[in-house]
Amino acid sequence: MSAAPKRSSLPGFGLSMGLTLTWLSLLILIPLAGLFVKTADLSLSQFIDTVTSNRTLHALRISFGLAFAAALVNLVAGLIIVWALVRYRFPGRRLFDAIVDIPFALPTAVAGIALTTLFAQNGWLGAPLASLGIKVAFTPLGIFLAMVFIGIPFVVRTVQPVLIDLDVEIEEAAACLGASRWQTITRVIIPSLTPAILTGFALAFARAVGEYGSVIFIAGNLPNVSEIAPLLIVIRLSEFRYADATAIAVVMLVFSFLIIFVLNRLQRWAQTRALAVS
Amino acid sequence: MTITIINSPVTVERAQSVARQDLHTEPWLVRGIIIGVAVMFLTVFVVLPLILVFSEALSKGVGFYLSALADSEALSAIWLTLITAVISVSLNLVFGVAAAWAVAKFEFRGKTLLVTLIDLPFSVSPVISGLVFVLLFGAQGFFGPWLMAHGINILFAVPAIVLATTFVTFPFVARELIPLMQEQGSQEEEAAISLGASGWRTFVVVTLPNIKWGLLYGVLLCNARAMGEFGAVSVVSGHIRGETNTMPLLVEILYNEYQLVASFAIASLLALLALLTLIAKTILEGQIEEGQLPRDD
Repeated sequence: MSAAPKRSSLPGFGLSMGLTLTWLSLLILIPLAGLFVKTADLSLSQFIDTVTSNRTLHALRISFGLAFAAALVNLVAGLIIVWALVRYRFPGRRLFDAIVDIPFALPTAVAGIALTTLFAQNGWLGAPLASLGIKVAFTPLGIFLAMVFIGIPFVVRTVQPVLIDLDVEIEEAAACLGASRWQTITRVIIPSLTPAILTGFALAFARAVGEYGSVIFIAGNLPNVSEIAPLLIVIRLSEFRYADATAIAVVMLVFSFLIIFVLNRLQRWAQTRALAVS
Repeated sequence: MTITIINSPVTVERAQSVARQDLHTEPWLVRGIIIGVAVMFLTVFVVLPLILVFSEALSKGVGFYLSALADSEALSAIWLTLITAVISVSLNLVFGVAAAWAVAKFEFRGKTLLVTLIDLPFSVSPVISGLVFVLLFGAQGFFGPWLMAHGINILFAVPAIVLATTFVTFPFVARELIPLMQEQGSQEEEAAISLGASGWRTFVVVTLPNIKWGLLYGVLLCNARAMGEFGAVSVVSGHIRGETNTMPLLVEILYNEYQLVASFAIASLLALLALLTLIAKTILEGQIEEGQLPRDD
């Protein structure tokens, strides 16, 4: 027998690969390419005018800025949740573990109207907050909270398996060598978790930037105040200003890809560093 | 008496385990605070909204709730949602299996790129996922004039809704199957082929039983997203009442018309779907782990 590559003895490569590439091209690649082709309808100066108009810039700032802040909150809250779920035993732990996935499974429109009703001025949480002078629904704060909601599962679910697999003996060794608990956590545990934390952060951030359904109900949608970029795309489409809508979409896509690219790099760097630590 | 107790092996063991625990856990106060914060956070952001959906839906009684669901617009939205989900999930099921077979069983250049491209729809805003189909099939789109001349409706009709939903749910099945099939390797399939089984028979008899739980898991997640998709579908649907409204779109319309109870009634069905999906997911995760255990030997 010849020493052919072990994996090539199976049939079906042509069929499965052909099907995959055809389907991928028809459904994903060609439509996305159309987006960039359509932008060419605008001249460069028109493109720049569109994406640097006050309203567009503000919408982009709201979407990216609040998504970043929400992802940070998800990072901190996610670490606390994952630590409680993995390291401690408490009544209802398994239930809360399952609950973490709900923002991922609940349709966004349902989450949107539920959060809006919850945080409206006469809502279960909105009323007590309003008596403290904090208005949530129909303000940027509402957008932020909706983004926090949809980002909950990402950090928890990326960090959880890593924390479960983390060898407790390393912590014991650190403690035996005289490290305080705090030093063990910040010098030993956190560096090993960093790649997973960054992945979770990037996923939560990307999701929040593009989020539409759970945000538009609570946002208030005032131009230049509480209007997110995806909504501005929808508005431009309804005005039949397709090229403008497309220009905003292209800027969002390019920025999202850039940020994910940078975070991927960071993640790789953290991975090599974590390996060096352990 | 006390001396004998201290010397008993059980007590020594327990003392050791207490000392051992102290090295890698926090004081009880810190533990309490961390658990408290985690539970509070999940309760406020996840449990309360979920309870609210059902309590609002039933706030005018069961009779009102049921009549809201039996409304003709509601029924047509439910029907459209089901049809859309069935078509999108079937398409992505075939694609997912094909992609996983190509990626997991063969070595080729550009594999990482292919996997990245398959994941692409996850990092695209749902609104943009809908927009690309407006650009293709809209009146000002690439194929719009031709389609109009031939009287074919894609945009603001069921085909665009199905396309947008398929776009958004594209990665689900493939990304569940790829790691699973990579981990399982191809020895069993190679054995079947060398014993003379055809490729198709090998897939049905050998591969399919091995991946069935993972496949079901992917289909389940794909289906939940397909039925619940809002942004992408909203852009391409045209919101024609009784015709192109899926359940999530109807939730929005009723909500904006201040028909809150009816809106939450439809929403409660979707929330129920999410809960059932999660329960099934938890059960399946157990099955997948069980199925993989013998392979670790």
